[in-house]
Amino acid sequence: MENGANAGDGRDPSGFLSEIIGSQVTVKLNSGVVYKGELQSVDGYMNIALEKTEEHIDGVKKRSYGDAFVRGNNVMYISAD
Amino acid sequence: MADIDDGTSAPAEPLDLVRLCLDEIVFVKLRGDRELKGRLHAYDSHCNLVLGDVEETVYVVEEDEDEEEVVKTVHKKSEMMFVRGDSVVLISPQASP
Repeated sequence: MENGANAGDGRDPSGFLSEIIGSQVTVKLNSGVVYKGELQSVDGYMNIALEKTEEHIDGVKKRSYGDAFVRGNNVMYISAD
Repeated sequence: MADIDDGTSAPAEPLDLVRLCLDEIVFVKLRGDRELKGRLHAYDSHCNLVLGDVEETVYVVEEDEDEEEVVKTVHKKSEMMFVRGDSVVLISPQASP
């Protein structure tokens, strides 16, 4: 298949995820809730461990967590800030 | 390249964070505006959880006399609870007071 995005050149989504480990990220869930924190780790289910996490609902900061585990099925996107 | 896991190193995978919470008080956010606080006795890779001394908080939207929506919180306590993993959104260790 000649679709440009080619496995084997080391550029795949999970490569991106391992590159941004340790950096500040924004995680949006399907429910619309947003978590901002330092990305500790991600696994194949897109389960996420965050450090120094802030929870934002409708753009308003609601809570903060020292550490937070987010179950992967709830994740809409992970973006490096 | 042997990985030495002494069980105290920084989490290499997200579930390690949950493992570090075993026998500690955790805060759990569930689908459907529910929250739990209790001691984590067991978990698995699906995030099925067994919690003890649980306090559940449910947020319910109700209409008052003026038909305005108000959020009410309902608290329930249970001694022991099994939580099915698919309803789990977030798990966070709580610093015990």
